[in-house]
Amino acid sequence: MSRPMQVSRYWRHFREKYRLIGGKCENGHVFFPHRQVCPVCGSRNVEEYEFSGKGKVISWTIVRNPPSGFEYYKPYPLALVQLEDGPIVLAQLTDVDPEEIDFGMEVEVVTKKIREFEEDGIILYGYKFRPPVK
Amino acid sequence: MRKAVIIGAGMTPVGEHWKLGLRDLAVEALLNAMDDAGIDKVDSLYVGNMISGPLVEQENLGALIADWAGLGNIPAVKIEAACASGGAAVQEGVKAVLSGLEDVVAVVGIEKMTDAWPSDTTRYLGYAADAEWELFHGASFVALNALVMRYYMKTYGYTEEDLALFAVNAHANGAKNPYAMFKRPIKVETVLKSPYIADPLKLFDASPVCDGAAAVIITTPEKAEELGVPKEKWVEVAGMGRAIDTINLANREDLLTLKAAKIAAERAYKMAGVEPKNIDFFEVHDAFTIMAALSLEALGVAKKGEGAKLAKEGQIAIDADYPIQTMGGLKARGHPVGATGVYQTVEAVLQLRGEAPSQVPDAEVGLTQNIGGTGSNITVSIFRRV
Repeated sequence: MSRPMQVSRYWRHFREKYRLIGGKCENGHVFFPHRQVCPVCGSRNVEEYEFSGKGKVISWTIVRNPPSGFEYYKPYPLALVQLEDGPIVLAQLTDVDPEEIDFGMEVEVVTKKIREFEEDGIILYGYKFRPPVK
Repeated sequence: MRKAVIIGAGMTPVGEHWKLGLRDLAVEALLNAMDDAGIDKVDSLYVGNMISGPLVEQENLGALIADWAGLGNIPAVKIEAACASGGAAVQEGVKAVLSGLEDVVAVVGIEKMTDAWPSDTTRYLGYAADAEWELFHGASFVALNALVMRYYMKTYGYTEEDLALFAVNAHANGAKNPYAMFKRPIKVETVLKSPYIADPLKLFDASPVCDGAAAVIITTPEKAEELGVPKEKWVEVAGMGRAIDTINLANREDLLTLKAAKIAAERAYKMAGVEPKNIDFFEVHDAFTIMAALSLEALGVAKKGEGAKLAKEGQIAIDADYPIQTMGGLKARGHPVGATGVYQTVEAVLQLRGEAPSQVPDAEVGLTQNIGGTGSNITVSIFRRV
């Protein structure tokens, strides 16, 4: 597992994962990630929608026994963030002391390294959330 | 319409079976069930299993197990619905009998989880989540449940201690089950003192990684009679339902409602013609204590937000109004993921035959609920004493 052949598999999502681009249907429902059919009304008329990246923490945990590939980073905070423009997104929190995390804490999106594969493998980047930089 | 009855049930003890492989365990459970029914051949085999490929590099379990159990050239397939694979396999077996296409069906649930490194097993369990949008971010399955647990506690004002009561109840019952992985009672303090694996979820809020297999034989009452299976052994499959919800937890309409369980339960209740108050015991999917609380709510046993209250009020013990996890549940009996739904079925059969080690007095109707993913794929089945 975890072979570098996974380049295309991860690369195809880079716009969604670097810029938080989801979908908006003809009836105005917004969702993340992007999909072909609106999960609210079933419309297939879906356009891309870029989220502002601002949101609030609605629940969080500290991952202490991670899945393989993430051992190096443990423990790390993982949260459900409610975006100001609607959907909930799961992501890691970064640049924050775990003790400071609380319900309703304001956060903003930032592009960070998610993980590396073996020595000569690919490096994955994607969104994480952090307290807003003033 | 035809009726379906279970005429044979068998299982292996749940545990860390270092000396036995996947096929050994599956064949043992299957032969136990066939011996219990007193038969030596079946029309088809359904295998409930979740992740045999990554765990032990073996797929094609239908052929493997039917071959090694000496079942001949019958149709045999693997059914996968994450941790609800066992429950789904039982329902597929029942459907085959009800359709009239097959008369005597064997169902075996199997998972061999201890042949892989723990962090790899953690990753494979994460395959039940959304790989691109959850596992990608390092979300373990435990972590996803922890997110729900914290949100539940905050929303309804429960404490870690409140949820620990589900683990205490499961262990109290599992202590009497010779097939359970953990045969000792625990206290609330045991749960609270166990280490966090994904805060606020602790080691003792979670079911163990383990190996095990369970099996049942399903047929019609007419065929059971023809085969000479004594009526005391029959247990009717009275109702069943199944539904899915968003695979990605973040996309859920309501994080604290197991909508798939609710829909599945409504279908099962309707088919069986019963209501929650008519059910004598519930085998719910307590892979994590939070899931036991949410399940009781989705099944209509408790109001929304009051699942944990039921445990606090002492209503889930064997001699109370809503006994759950009568043979230990996933927490104490163990949770060999793809086998769990079949273990639940075997346990329901034992209760309804009056053969359970911790027997619910005069049990006539029992319900099993098996959850795949973080509530994304759920089966509910109702069984009745004939």
